[in-house]
Amino acid sequence: MKLTDEERAMLAGEAGRARRIALEHQLKVGNFLGAADMVPVTQAHVMADTESLGEAGIAWLEALAALPAAERRVRVPTITDPRGTDFERAHDLRQQDWMLALERRAIAAFQALGVLMTDTCINYQTIMPPVRGEHVAYGDTGVVIYSNSVLGARSNFEGGPSAVSAGLTGRTPRYGYHLSEMRRATLHIAVDWTPRRLDEWGALGALVGRTAGNYWTVPVISGLDRVPGSDALKHFGAAAASFGSLALFHMVGVTPEAERLADVFDPKQPPTARFGEADVRALQASYTGDGDDVDLVVFSAPQLSLVEMDGLASLCDGRRFKVPVLAITSPQIKPDADRMGLTARIEATGAMVLSGMCFYQSYAREMAEANGWRRLATNSAKLVNIIGGYGYAPRLASMAACLDAAESGRLA
Amino acid sequence: MTEFRAQAGMGRVVRGRVLAAQDGFSARYDLDRTKGVFSRPAHKLAGQSYVDKVLVLDTAKGGVATAWMLHDMRARGVVPAALVLNSVNPILVQGAALADFTMVVGFNGDITTLLRTGDVVEIDPAGPDGPVVRVVQRA
Repeated sequence: MKLTDEERAMLAGEAGRARRIALEHQLKVGNFLGAADMVPVTQAHVMADTESLGEAGIAWLEALAALPAAERRVRVPTITDPRGTDFERAHDLRQQDWMLALERRAIAAFQALGVLMTDTCINYQTIMPPVRGEHVAYGDTGVVIYSNSVLGARSNFEGGPSAVSAGLTGRTPRYGYHLSEMRRATLHIAVDWTPRRLDEWGALGALVGRTAGNYWTVPVISGLDRVPGSDALKHFGAAAASFGSLALFHMVGVTPEAERLADVFDPKQPPTARFGEADVRALQASYTGDGDDVDLVVFSAPQLSLVEMDGLASLCDGRRFKVPVLAITSPQIKPDADRMGLTARIEATGAMVLSGMCFYQSYAREMAEANGWRRLATNSAKLVNIIGGYGYAPRLASMAACLDAAESGRLA
Repeated sequence: MTEFRAQAGMGRVVRGRVLAAQDGFSARYDLDRTKGVFSRPAHKLAGQSYVDKVLVLDTAKGGVATAWMLHDMRARGVVPAALVLNSVNPILVQGAALADFTMVVGFNGDITTLLRTGDVVEIDPAGPDGPVVRVVQRA
């Protein structure tokens, strides 16, 4: 890779050990993936729940954090994805002390690096959305696909070590979706039915992700009869990224790089796939759980926006749930939800509002064992795709249907 | 000796027994990393141990957690010997780079059918003629 004088100095250790370690890591990645050079970034976003980090990952962070302050501070604003707990409710979730101890160590290390502990996967709705053409180093698949697709920003999936490295060096290898030529669509998917509910948008995203199949495929979707809102695109993108490992999609007339199909794809080529309502229903029905009984209802993955919290509160009024309900939002939304009385209305049902975590990133297997949870209902297509590997039997349904199940104990 | 050239590779020379499937790989989605088995019910290798195996799979799936998890799996010794894939996403590259893990990617043909479960292979990610997988013994 071609390096600037500044990068060569960093590699020689002239900017300290942390930046040398970071750049060495970035060069390994960039050389493997064919990057010609590095591109400056304006922000980094680090996924680093401690279930993923493990003891080894925390030790890696602590080694950086132990370096002199001038060497270890990040050079561009660097924020964090959800943590593995909500410390205020960890006891209610039956999380163990050792989990919290690991989380505290990770937080201390990040703070020593100058990382801002935002603990959110919806920073594009709450912190500082990137703008079109802005190069960033984001580390959550839902964040990357939304920022690339809906906002026109430029990022690859930057896993924790690479996002930390980008924060330290202020740059990242220039490959993949930093390059204009990689952002053209490679697959056209036509739809003849436009979802309304968030679980339906997630299911459509799941179909698109499965069809596209790998990180380097860029689908363009045509045929929608209305413009989806931010929460709809959030669920669509999160599911497409989860089911297909996709980092970029275009929607004709919706996303900024595809005002017309011809902007990103040869319009003379026929669509590779067509999806309608029956396909969405079939995807939803394929998650059968284990019969109709439900042990747990979860709204998470991604964290809930203020608008989702408002909708949930409206569906909760006057009810009492016999099945645990977890509603998980960001530390930025939670104070507003508290101030506006949404949290109190939701929790009056017996549900829990959690902040700064995400269900599948919070020792989901251990929580299942400790609480006797297995049959899980959610409106998140992303969550049903992930959580089976943690021993759960998931169902995908609307928020309203999930809450009916929380009241009756059964999801018909 | 049959050998298959790869487009890219990293890590050290390793030898091991193949566990192959036409399916994807994500450490978070697919594995019970405590028991060392594939735990995702829909995965074609569900229930099988991945520890010390040369995993031969199609492509990277899922999210970003694998970038940390390979490193932790290696530190705990509950880790595959290597990954051999048709294609890869940046997360697996980042994870392999942090963990100093052996991975080779990109073949002339579908590597999940060219290699079979039970084959013994040697992987040289930095051979003089480029990354290569050599079949030492067929299953």
